[in-house]
Amino acid sequence: MVGALFSRPFYLSETLEQMYLIGVGSLYLIILMGIFSGQGFALAFTQELADFGAKDYLGRIMSMAVLRELGPTLTGLMVAARVAAGITAEIGAMKSSNQIDAMIAFGIDPLKKIAAPRLLTLVLMVPVLTIVCDAVAIIGGWFVGVFIAHVTSTMYWSNVKYKLTFGNMFMGLFKPFVFSLIIAFVSCYKGFTSEGGTKGVGRATTNSVVMSSILILIVNFFITKVLGSAIRGYL
Amino acid sequence: MSFRVDKAESVVIMGPSGSGKSTILRLILGLERPQTGAVLVDRQDISVMKEKHKRELRKRIGMVFQDGALFDSLTVGENVGYYLLEHSRMSWRAISEKAREMLGFVGLDADEVGDKLPEQLSGGMQRRVAIGRALLSTNPQIMLYDEPTTGLDPKAAANVLRLITRLHRERGICTIAVTHQIADAFSMADRFIVIHDGEIAFDGGFQALRDCTDPRVVDFLTPFRVSFEQVAQRKFIDMR
Repeated sequence: MVGALFSRPFYLSETLEQMYLIGVGSLYLIILMGIFSGQGFALAFTQELADFGAKDYLGRIMSMAVLRELGPTLTGLMVAARVAAGITAEIGAMKSSNQIDAMIAFGIDPLKKIAAPRLLTLVLMVPVLTIVCDAVAIIGGWFVGVFIAHVTSTMYWSNVKYKLTFGNMFMGLFKPFVFSLIIAFVSCYKGFTSEGGTKGVGRATTNSVVMSSILILIVNFFITKVLGSAIRGYL
Repeated sequence: MSFRVDKAESVVIMGPSGSGKSTILRLILGLERPQTGAVLVDRQDISVMKEKHKRELRKRIGMVFQDGALFDSLTVGENVGYYLLEHSRMSWRAISEKAREMLGFVGLDADEVGDKLPEQLSGGMQRRVAIGRALLSTNPQIMLYDEPTTGLDPKAAANVLRLITRLHRERGICTIAVTHQIADAFSMADRFIVIHDGEIAFDGGFQALRDCTDPRVVDFLTPFRVSFEQVAQRKFIDMR
């Protein structure tokens, strides 16, 4: 599948279409999720930090937690739930109605035509969506910090900036890149290997979302553990 | 199982459900590999070829899948012109014109169906679009039909059969069809292969099939209560 990205033909129009469907189509969901999860997170931490007289550090906590964990993981899970199911269902339906075989019969490689555009789209869009999620979550935290916790705006943003380190940003972008590969491979694999008609496609779709989500959570832990140790000085 | 189909020959492969009829077509197209043996297309073993060589050989083969296998996100016109859309540098206008001609050839009005989605057409019309799509691909020398009339009403089935027979006669295309519709089989071909449990139980013409006493063949044909004389007469009517 990865090899299909680097050899002709390149299906640019399919890729652009997927970017619109996956990227632009997921935007409202990511923004809503980012705002409310950021605010909820900030609210919970404000109360705990206030007990230690440290609510001014809210910005620092938000920046670190959102960039490293909340943003990438929630974005990955949300994209997996929304997009993985769609990809698996589409490919599975094509397979059960012999459209994949028809494509092969007409000299088209289904990996290049169907899988590669989706892989490329996810690799490009999931990090972008993660950045959007991070931004709105931190802004949501600002809202809670300023209007509920009565932290000054300057204090909040200066603390946010304090944790905008190379390490946190690198981890915050490396994770969505890996998650995008997980979503693409699992959803396409489940689609191409689905069997048993519509029931089989339904099963494959569910399995695709479940497997993508579980793998994202497991891989997230290991990336945090391994990368966190490797770039400790940059965090 | 071993058989040979010559250029410009017309063969129908019959057998009970699950006997491997569709698998034979998939083997010829190189979509599956045999466990043993070879599948020679134009004297080349497609079963051991690399994908890029298979693609070249497939240009000589057109396949009409069961239920048509039309691309449901494309219009009828885009389906018919699919091969040219993907492989040629022709403008959409030129492709559209060729698609229009092909739709006319298969008995459909391009103005009426060209912009419709496949789901908006009847089963018979979908089959004819699928035939047109296969023909417009590379002007194939071999046409494979997987259950071309299954699920169609008698009139639609007759239209599809006439088209298949006409293609074979007018273009000299080698035709291999797979079906369990006995009466339709007799309208499509001159040679019949009956398979049973992965073996060829019969391979011959209509008269020999009528006279065959192999219990496997008799068992297969009897449940359909087909009167050979009635079918023979209908066959002659269809061929006029």
